[in-house]
Amino acid sequence: MSDATPTLLKPSRKVGIVGYGAYVPRYRLPAREVARIWQGGQAALPIKEKSVPGLDEDVATMSIEAARNAMLRAGVTPDEIRAVWVGSESHPYAVKPTSTIVAEAIGAAPHVQGADLEFACKAGTEAMVAAIGLVGSSMARYAMAIGMDTAQGRPGDALEYTAAAGGAAFLIGPGEESLAVINSTYSYVTDTPDFWRREYQKYPEHGQRFTGEPAYFKHITEAAKAMMSASGTTAADYQWAVFHQPNSKFPQRVAGQLGFSKEQIAPGLLVPLIGNTYAGAAIIGLTAILDIAQPGDRILMVSFGSGAGSDAFDIHVTEKLAERRERAPKTQDYLARRTEIDYGTYVRYRGKLAMK
Amino acid sequence: MEIPRHWRLKKQRYNLIGEVCPHCEAKIFPPRDVCPHCGEEARTEFAFSGRGEVYSYTTIYDAPAGYEAYAPYTVAIVKLAEGPMITAQLTDLGDQAVQVGMPVEMVTRRLRQDGDERGVIVYGYKFRPALVGAAA
Repeated sequence: MSDATPTLLKPSRKVGIVGYGAYVPRYRLPAREVARIWQGGQAALPIKEKSVPGLDEDVATMSIEAARNAMLRAGVTPDEIRAVWVGSESHPYAVKPTSTIVAEAIGAAPHVQGADLEFACKAGTEAMVAAIGLVGSSMARYAMAIGMDTAQGRPGDALEYTAAAGGAAFLIGPGEESLAVINSTYSYVTDTPDFWRREYQKYPEHGQRFTGEPAYFKHITEAAKAMMSASGTTAADYQWAVFHQPNSKFPQRVAGQLGFSKEQIAPGLLVPLIGNTYAGAAIIGLTAILDIAQPGDRILMVSFGSGAGSDAFDIHVTEKLAERRERAPKTQDYLARRTEIDYGTYVRYRGKLAMK
Repeated sequence: MEIPRHWRLKKQRYNLIGEVCPHCEAKIFPPRDVCPHCGEEARTEFAFSGRGEVYSYTTIYDAPAGYEAYAPYTVAIVKLAEGPMITAQLTDLGDQAVQVGMPVEMVTRRLRQDGDERGVIVYGYKFRPALVGAAA
């Protein structure tokens, strides 16, 4: 199978994004604050600042807001939704689904599938592929796919600079109702231990430089090349592209390797201002692109999840986008809502103080 | 252990589901099945928009049991766009000053946990400064 021509995942009827919504918390921790505490202020900063959730926020509350934004844009009644799937590596419970809370809050319960997905940073796009399957097979008219995280970083670790909070929700539905049709998807998955968190551990571990070439770059380029080769496209056929964004450097370098220009990735490159939102990282970039895209634009999205795998999406914007995107807050509205905090406040907000 | 109580209230807590009086059309929150305006039976569900404005507010420094982790926090009486007044926490204030008349919108947030960190998480409505146009 490994030498065979990869086959794209294509639903038997047209499927697309009927509504989309983003969410980013209000608080920002500048990377220089982390450097001030742990490196004497002397460090090359991987981003400018990262988003930090408030004391009363978690993946459930953030997913609810993104899903409500997606519902505002879609303008469909929630009892037609037949699945709510939430991808994250920071679900508030170890056992008890986030998806039931979200389904109840958007009015989709009780006639609905509900499950929480995990695949490091690609759990959200995995939920999207599952939703495409459910709608594409005509088992459901609509399915809600969410990728959201409040990512954990060990104090002083390289990941503390970037581990951020945010994500996006997509209501997947019939192609003829879609603001963007998803032509096909393709996934590339191997057993590659570049980043992990064992059961009951608070913070993840990573394989240092191993997270780069054999993990991030290998999986994203393989998925993107297979997608473009099977679709008969090149980078020039896409107006926009977005890749998983764990720091500022990686997505820019992988874009260059695949032949995409700075301009093509600019609107979706949010990591310098909000950090790495893990399961939300690629897809919140897609929401920022949809906020500005024009009918006929073609978009390539490739996620990456450690462990490891990538999902590639070939997306075509329809004329329905222009009117629908005005129905809910845009991703840039959330970026503009910004209150800077210091490291001490961050430590309190993220529960890093031992109280007993 | 208050799980049944939280569970029963989830509709109004997550979605501001109240009632509308079929006799005088008053909107009612929280739902109480009898219209406080005309005294008639009122059991028709009504979903509030979540928009409103701050009618009055105060800041809590000495929080009651279960809310200590959030102190200091601001509690407001919010006048909903549809009429009723409700008491709720304000959230996402950042460094923003609260003012009477400030437009706010409902969000679903963690209210508290039942007991300690092993207990169920209770979610419900809070209000924050209206997002669009409030960033400046």
